[in-house]
Amino acid sequence: MTDARTEILARVREALAGSAIDIPEPATPRDLAPVVTPDVIDLFAERVADYRAVVERCGVDEVAERVAAALPPGQVVVPPGLSIRVADAVVDDGSLTAAELDRIAAVVTEARVGIAETGTIVLDHTADQGRRAISLVPDTHVCVVREDQVVADVPDAIAVLDPARPQTWISGPSATSDIELDRVEGVHGPRTLHVLVVAGKR
Amino acid sequence: MSGTFVGMPAFPTAAREALADSQLRHNLAHATGTIRAKRARVVAEVEDWEELRLAGAAVKERALLDLDTQLVRLEETLTANGATVHWARDAAEANAIVASIAKAHDAQEVVKVKSMVTQEIGLNEALAADGIAAWETDLAELIVQLGDDLPSHILVPAIHRNRAEIREIFRSRMAAAGRPAPIDLTDEPAVLAAAAREHLREKFLRAKVGVSGANFAVAETGTLVVVESEGNGRMCLTLPEVLVSVVGIEKVVSRWEDLDPLLRLLPRSSTGERMNPYTSTWSGITPGDGPQEVHVVLLDNGRTRALADEVGRQALRCIRCSACLNVCPVYERTGGHAYGSVYPGPIGAILNPLLKGVGHDDQIDSLPYASSLCGACFEVCPVRIDIPSVLVDQRAQVVDAHRGGVPKPEGAAMKGAAYVLGRSRRLSALERLTGLGMRFARRFGPSAWTGARDLPEAPEESFRAWWQRTDGGRKDDA
Ligand code: SF4
Repeated sequence: MTDARTEILARVREALAGSAIDIPEPATPRDLAPVVTPDVIDLFAERVADYRAVVERCGVDEVAERVAAALPPGQVVVPPGLSIRVADAVVDDGSLTAAELDRIAAVVTEARVGIAETGTIVLDHTADQGRRAISLVPDTHVCVVREDQVVADVPDAIAVLDPARPQTWISGPSATSDIELDRVEGVHGPRTLHVLVVAGKR
Repeated sequence: MSGTFVGMPAFPTAAREALADSQLRHNLAHATGTIRAKRARVVAEVEDWEELRLAGAAVKERALLDLDTQLVRLEETLTANGATVHWARDAAEANAIVASIAKAHDAQEVVKVKSMVTQEIGLNEALAADGIAAWETDLAELIVQLGDDLPSHILVPAIHRNRAEIREIFRSRMAAAGRPAPIDLTDEPAVLAAAAREHLREKFLRAKVGVSGANFAVAETGTLVVVESEGNGRMCLTLPEVLVSVVGIEKVVSRWEDLDPLLRLLPRSSTGERMNPYTSTWSGITPGDGPQEVHVVLLDNGRTRALADEVGRQALRCIRCSACLNVCPVYERTGGHAYGSVYPGPIGAILNPLLKGVGHDDQIDSLPYASSLCGACFEVCPVRIDIPSVLVDQRAQVVDAHRGGVPKPEGAAMKGAAYVLGRSRRLSALERLTGLGMRFARRFGPSAWTGARDLPEAPEESFRAWWQRTDGGRKDDA
């Protein structure tokens, strides 16, 4: 008996044999605004808010203060490379178990990319964002996005993202419409998403 | 612990039963109407939607027509990223692979992300036979699983249940599966969702093995992608030590950039959102982050049979958005169960016969007739699957099969018509460059079907005849 791999590949080749194969070259429209303009930032803030996330804009020197104000009572976890000071936060060193993270109220991370058109934040889980579990288990996620990280649309984001990194694309808080199509925010992911859009470079 | 579609009555019988259920009809009409309106709103926002559809169809088509190379490449990159790749010819092989991985870790249970492919192969039942509990973690799937029920819609599988029924299911069944529902459970959707959160969190936190499907698999980079809303997917993909993903071989796309049209098309077509709440991507193992043992099971289970069908192979482009269900006048009134398969609606009517073959099962043979050929499904399909053409071709194949393989003249004529119509709508260089395709399809599409409407029928009363006679089930059946 041949092994499954050999047989499946043989079946694929047989299925395609004899078809005139003209492999189409995909031509995705890419004529989208490539530069970051104030409009793009406005659109980003508006679209994130559309998902019923909390969105605030602020200057770089106000960030620490705004983050502190956004945090609920309870413990806070931060990734090891966070550039913002968060008082009394637990710095994740990779040793917290899922059950321990479940007792932590909030997480503060930065982001890799913001997508204006869809109101999406993309994390690629590098040191300023931390491993995936810390931005998943706590119930509040405060996410700091710099204006110069915001791109116009999905193709611009795809172009700057590194597929080798694990990624989490976040568009609003966790949601379900499974019960009679009534939208409910917050099932398993963080029920509160608080996004700070920061002007100026880091 | 969930039901099964095996031995379901053929479509007309099941449809008649479903139509008698007024709760189901009410829920479905509400659901499909609501999602249709949301979809239309967000699709209208995208100026280049038609070009995007062409691009989406092209990236899928490109990978399918080069599938052997793409699969070998995917295996290479996944392996280089630290994942273990398995191949499964059929459901039994895939189930055995997943069970053996769970057993190797002494897991008595696995947590699952909603995945149609694991339903297709009956993974939960197979694992249960091996003493392993498979917990569904998507809210709707949880409702279906606890209710010992069958999903009825790709996107909202529990749409046939109302809030009072869901409350009852949670109250009577949650305790046996783990953390019981709170005593003061009401039928408010937010309260029900919170009960599900508590019930499942316990399972996420202790799970050793997660099981998922994948919406897309990128050959060039060895990346899998899961698109979801609730965060249960993130939980299953992140917290367990071991992750097993069962991926149909048609999920492969060749390049990272190919995700771009697909990630723009899918959420707008599916839930009617600009973007779904969460999309996770992972490329094998990331040290210190997420599962440190990653398996990918590449599954055939009829897909190569579908690929061999020149007219039908386009069905493998399907990204399971469910837009075709929501616009289908037949689906709206019969619901998903009548199709007797995990793949309901217009796509199910072609995909099931393509995956399983015709001529040996009345249920499957009746599916290509579960349509009035109105063409609405093609109009909304984000990857431009010409479902009506494939339906007509499938009907010809059913007719042929029932004549012992000797084509009837009408059967042959129908096949010819389908081929010509199929061709006229196939992707051509011209379409891609100019977007002429849509204008062409609009002009010649639906009207071209009037000729096909009077083609020969399957034995006994066809679905379409029944539909006309009873005005889609509105009139009495007698
Ligand atoms: S056939 Fe097209 S419209 Fe239907 S579920 Fe598949 S991708 Fe969506």
